[in-house]
Amino acid sequence: MAKVMLEVKDLTTKYVTRFGENVYAVDHVSLKVEEGKSLGISGESGCGKSTLALSLMGYYFPPLYYTSGEIIIDGKNISGLDPDVVRKSILGKEIAYIPQAAMNALNPTRRIIHFIEDVIHAHDPSVTKKEILALATERFQVLGLPPEVLQKYPVELSGGMKQRTVIAISVILSPKVLIADEPSSALDVTSQKMVIKMLRNLMEKGFVKSMIFITHELPLLYNVTDDIMVMYAGQIVESGSAEEAVLDPRHPYSRGLMNSIIVPEEGLRGAKLAAIPGVPPNLKKPPSGCRFAERCQYVTPECRTHSIELRELGGGRSYRCILSAEQIMEAKKNG
Amino acid sequence: MADERKICLKGSGLTKVYGFGRNQMRAVDHVDFEFHESEIISIVGESGSGKTTLAKMLLGLISSTSGDIYFEGQKRDIRSQKKKQEYWKNIQAIFQDPFSSYNTFNKIDAVLLDCIHMRGGKKLPHEKKLELMSEACSFVNLKFAELTNKYPFELSGGQMQRLMIARIFLLKPKILIADEPTSMIDACSRATILDMLLALRKETGMTLIFITHDIGLAYFVSDSVYIMEQGKFVEKGSADHVILHPQEAYTRRLINDVPKIHEEWDLSTV
Repeated sequence: MAKVMLEVKDLTTKYVTRFGENVYAVDHVSLKVEEGKSLGISGESGCGKSTLALSLMGYYFPPLYYTSGEIIIDGKNISGLDPDVVRKSILGKEIAYIPQAAMNALNPTRRIIHFIEDVIHAHDPSVTKKEILALATERFQVLGLPPEVLQKYPVELSGGMKQRTVIAISVILSPKVLIADEPSSALDVTSQKMVIKMLRNLMEKGFVKSMIFITHELPLLYNVTDDIMVMYAGQIVESGSAEEAVLDPRHPYSRGLMNSIIVPEEGLRGAKLAAIPGVPPNLKKPPSGCRFAERCQYVTPECRTHSIELRELGGGRSYRCILSAEQIMEAKKNG
Repeated sequence: MADERKICLKGSGLTKVYGFGRNQMRAVDHVDFEFHESEIISIVGESGSGKTTLAKMLLGLISSTSGDIYFEGQKRDIRSQKKKQEYWKNIQAIFQDPFSSYNTFNKIDAVLLDCIHMRGGKKLPHEKKLELMSEACSFVNLKFAELTNKYPFELSGGQMQRLMIARIFLLKPKILIADEPTSMIDACSRATILDMLLALRKETGMTLIFITHDIGLAYFVSDSVYIMEQGKFVEKGSADHVILHPQEAYTRRLINDVPKIHEEWDLSTV
């Protein structure tokens, strides 16, 4: 069995509003990523994808607080560590994070090489600039980025190039886990493909050992990651391999997500797009039963009163619904 | 069949050049088009192909370097502010970024009230105006009662985009240009927004022009598709024709680059 790179057990984190209310944006999430594997996380806006990404780093700052659970990176538990320690010894080296608008993070007055020097010096001040330049040039070449980019200013690069540069910078220390939060959402399809190719390249060359990829585009996840996890209102509602989660979704919510996919394939035209009605619940006062009950077409009275546990199907596949696959099929047939 | 319908917007030799001398940049280069009444058109291209520049010229937000735009058979005349406002009653737009589309100092009722006034409803009794506004809000699944006295920035991105559609509902323009209306919101809200736009078109019979890089979306919604590369239309025709049987290498590349479910996604082409 492959080595487990990242393991999360029952992680719960909360936001505290200025009125002292607790909002549990990540609610008892457990996941596991093995070496050389990638995990995709999907869901609508506001269901906790990005908060989960932030929580996984173990780097908490108000209003986000750690509540309970464990984050184990390659056998080392980093949950509950002091944020300063995390920043100095974990971020960049063990776990790297690419935020959503990463390309806007580059200081316009600095050359690209400067950011790389910053990252390396934060962890090891003794490395000389010459060594850094050599390392960066080699790394950029391997990743298919022209080394001239190193001497350029951010404004001289196109959007796609900037994004790929940021990714290359953030993995310069070869982290064990890379968390990519919507790395390609602001790009057009061709640049998106280049970004994906580069992420694949990183995994193949072993510059990152495992990856978590967050996006709401299911067709993209299907093509990029090995496993997919669907989140709703802070909870995992479905997880499984990419094929299972996309082609045979069990939870009514993931089914709804599948129906909102638009791809240029024959037979799409004239097909009905089925948007899921309604909005996710307010997590200040989460519903007592199933969190999806208000929007679910298969809802039963029991759904609103009982809290629903994840139903394990074996082989890493699980979903959070009281209906079995057969019951859902039946309900679907009856309209 | 397409020729029987009236042409509502026509462009001939439309060109926009940015910059001077050595730094000249032809953003839109001699494009010709004929958009028919109540047609759904998509203009597809990657970043920097001149889609948004074209949209801005159609809206009269920037002037064209050369070439003409004909609106309902007449050469468009927007030289004075008054004529421009008259023109904007017929053509409206929804932009990519809903956060920067609103005047932050105006409350939401003011935004909607403005639309009623623009349609010449200034003298309507107050109750009638309220009725119109709540009708527009319920069309896009927003509750007007909850929105009064709120500012646009208090809404979420999807809600703002829906409010934008409520504006269009009140204005009832003949042409609506949707410039990447769904690229900043998630896939699920995207379906909602598209449904609303299509329902609105069905009701008002307006011409809908989608500007997008998402070829899947273009295929899904439009009657005819224009593919734009470096300021030029390289391919145009019906959606089925262009997307299922693309002739140009550029179009094929755009289609190939979209991740799909039932077909292999080839990463070696970039």
